[in-house]
Amino acid sequence: MRITVTVNGIDHAVDVRGAESLLYLLREELALPGSKNACEQGECGSCSVVLDGDVVCACLVMAADVNGSTVRTVEGYADHEVLHPVQAALLDGGGVQCGFCTPGFVVAAAELFDANPVPSTDQIREALAGNVCRCTGYGAIMRGLEELAARNVGGGA
Amino acid sequence: MTFTTERRETRSGVGTSADRPDGIPKVTGDFAYASDLSARGSLWGATLRSPHPHARITRLDIGPALRVPGVSAVLTLDDVPGRKVFGLEEADQPVLADGLVRYWGEPIAIVAASDVEDANRAIAAIVVEYDVLEPLVDPEEADRRNETFRRMTIRRGDQTVRGEVVVEGVYETGMQDQAPLGLEAGLAMPDGEGGVDLFVATQWSHVDHEQIVAALGLPDDRVRVHLSGIGGAFGAREDVSLQIHLCLLALHTGRPVRMVYNRAESFAGHVHRHPSRMWYRHEATRDGRLVRVTARLLLDGGAYMSSSRAVMANASYFAVGPYRCDSVEVDGAMVRTNNPPCGAMRGFGAVQSCFGYESQMDRLAAALGMDPLELRLGNALHPGDHMPTTGQQITGSLPTAEVIERLRAIPLPPDVAASHPLHLPGGTGLTTSPDHVVRGVGYAVGIKNLMFSETFDDYTEVRLLITPVGVEVHTAAAEVGQGLVTVCQQIARTVLDIEHVAVIFDDTSQIGSAGSTSASRQTQMTGGAVLAAATELRDVILAEYGGDRLDGRGVWRQAELTVTIDELCRRGPTERHVRFRHPPTEKPDENGQGNVHVDFAVAAHRAVVDVDPELGLVHVVRIDTVQDVGKVLNPRALVGQVEGGIMQGVGLAVMERLVLDRGVVRNANFTDYLLPTFADAPPVVTVFVEEPSHFGPFGAKGAGEPPTISSTPAVAAAIRAATGRPITRVPVRPDDIVGL
Repeated sequence: MRITVTVNGIDHAVDVRGAESLLYLLREELALPGSKNACEQGECGSCSVVLDGDVVCACLVMAADVNGSTVRTVEGYADHEVLHPVQAALLDGGGVQCGFCTPGFVVAAAELFDANPVPSTDQIREALAGNVCRCTGYGAIMRGLEELAARNVGGGA
Repeated sequence: MTFTTERRETRSGVGTSADRPDGIPKVTGDFAYASDLSARGSLWGATLRSPHPHARITRLDIGPALRVPGVSAVLTLDDVPGRKVFGLEEADQPVLADGLVRYWGEPIAIVAASDVEDANRAIAAIVVEYDVLEPLVDPEEADRRNETFRRMTIRRGDQTVRGEVVVEGVYETGMQDQAPLGLEAGLAMPDGEGGVDLFVATQWSHVDHEQIVAALGLPDDRVRVHLSGIGGAFGAREDVSLQIHLCLLALHTGRPVRMVYNRAESFAGHVHRHPSRMWYRHEATRDGRLVRVTARLLLDGGAYMSSSRAVMANASYFAVGPYRCDSVEVDGAMVRTNNPPCGAMRGFGAVQSCFGYESQMDRLAAALGMDPLELRLGNALHPGDHMPTTGQQITGSLPTAEVIERLRAIPLPPDVAASHPLHLPGGTGLTTSPDHVVRGVGYAVGIKNLMFSETFDDYTEVRLLITPVGVEVHTAAAEVGQGLVTVCQQIARTVLDIEHVAVIFDDTSQIGSAGSTSASRQTQMTGGAVLAAATELRDVILAEYGGDRLDGRGVWRQAELTVTIDELCRRGPTERHVRFRHPPTEKPDENGQGNVHVDFAVAAHRAVVDVDPELGLVHVVRIDTVQDVGKVLNPRALVGQVEGGIMQGVGLAVMERLVLDRGVVRNANFTDYLLPTFADAPPVVTVFVEEPSHFGPFGAKGAGEPPTISSTPAVAAAIRAATGRPITRVPVRPDDIVGL
């Protein structure tokens, strides 16, 4: 079937097949491989995207169901050369090693900070509990985001 | 022309938390991993796998699959033109099933089709009939039948020595999965001249290359293996998975072929950490001097050899831990079964025995009525001592006592009830009232060799060149996320005083092997090679031009720029290509004695846990660690290695286990194979001890594995302390705590 979907501000009209996931659509049809295919059963969060305002696992959403929707992927956070504060915070904290989980963390953390610029440690922990990282043990991700929250307090974000 | 003579230090050299060069593309989603690669007109590959752990294939008919629309190739073992087996240590595994299936998930046939769905339809259309056989899944039975990959015998010292205090125990560790988030993936492109280029996520492109050309029956120069972006590894990518299959399909179809395993397939497609069963007897004097250790180690290698021989060696060589003991008897058996093949995973044999000997040290301390740390300190292995197993004298640094002392000095977290359910056993499941929580604290110390041992010709090649815009470091070393790429840049910057350094990952035709990204070896090996190449190049340049200093502007003499960088690049020399080796090692004798290792590292861990003793649930409150790292090259990256390694150790302690049911993996997915999440992950306090290695750039030691070794027994010890239960297996299960 043919659907229309807005991804990172760009409108697309694409043909999708019944069994196709949003993740497949993004990666294989729309040339947006930033969302990652690590478990494809909604457990690891590596394919996190924002669908009409909610963070979802793109692997669990049928492509056919996003007709008329708005999607934001990891590719939609940096403004040209300027990183989103969450992207910069993950790098500053050392929260990027192999980086396969990073797109999911960027999306989930950016949505958290957009909703609450000064989340507590436990709020960060809970909001990101659906994103698995195998490299960092989460400490560096937490330090980067805690720093960002502290700066937001100071800067009156 | 005059130039400023003020020396401008390179900003991101050794000792700084230099940024990763691949950091920005990784946070923007632009970094290309193996699973992101495609080429115009590429086909999809897929694999038919056996649902049985042991079976004879009585019929294999690919005809119906060939008739599926969109299918370009269906290949079986008959289509393998060269050597039909592959393997890391010994080629014992068929490229595709040879008529007899030896483990669950063994590849039988491969297909290439126009898209994923067609490929899957073709897989489903292949007709296979099996005569299902009884699988050999009990390691003890395999041992009795002498189905082994390696037996280790270590006898050191007077075997008649007996201690006044004796403790015995049997311990078990489960089969752990590396679970790198990046799945096995690659793209093979035929070159139109009978050769193939493979882009793949691997830990060691040259050892893949060796196995690929053998299977394809091609000369070395017809196959080039390129490193793609790698989404973690932890040992899972040291063995060939889809490399040969992809090349076969690409050459057969004459078209590019992509293949990406799914998660369930990934569990079948790579080796795992060997499960173990270990019997130990420790004997000591009444005042706590360890006088004899006896150990029987039984590890399950699964169906094929992989790196099982080296894992068995490690488990045995480190069977006593970092302690002095002059009477040692270790017997190790690495058995062959119809369980999934096991091989490399972070810690590589040292993990299993550490759970055994550290559990024993606690048991011994209890029998002696001693403080567990005092017992360890009193027996701690120091430089100048001999390894209790091999007898090798420790000639490099080994601050065993210092890591223990400094760990003890880290203040404990406040002993207060958690304020948020996230911090309670059972978490937001709200299973546990804070009143029912009991706290425990446990310690463990571990040791491991760094780099390859037992005379393995361990080398790495680096080609370093100075260009008008900076430095290029060429290597085939796999950057799997650990940060070698950053460390190589830092070393080159520091030696050459040139800020812009690009690390370029060459394919197998462009440079010699860098060896494996494993055994905690790349910082010392490839980092060491960068140091050697940069130092040699700097020295020949200075000698050539009579200079006393080199930096990004050129060659200086007595504070005057005598040769600009452009001129240097025109006239040379600008390049150095090194093949770099570590000091030689020896084979062990028949008693396992000899100088089999190059270097060692120790680490100590303290775990603080909260336990719900009624439900058997554990929350790990905090891990503290002190690690022997030689020299810190990049503090931020090093902390990342330590914290990440610890979390894999915590995973093994409390949740990560492949569940086998007569050879079949029952939890080959992330819903049932549990990985630590943000909600499980304890904060970590990390302290580094810097006593320079005798071999390593700036004194650095490899640091990837020690965090994963003693973190597991520390958590188990803490659960023991909280509950009083013996806790003799990991991962610890609720019934071990409740005492069912």
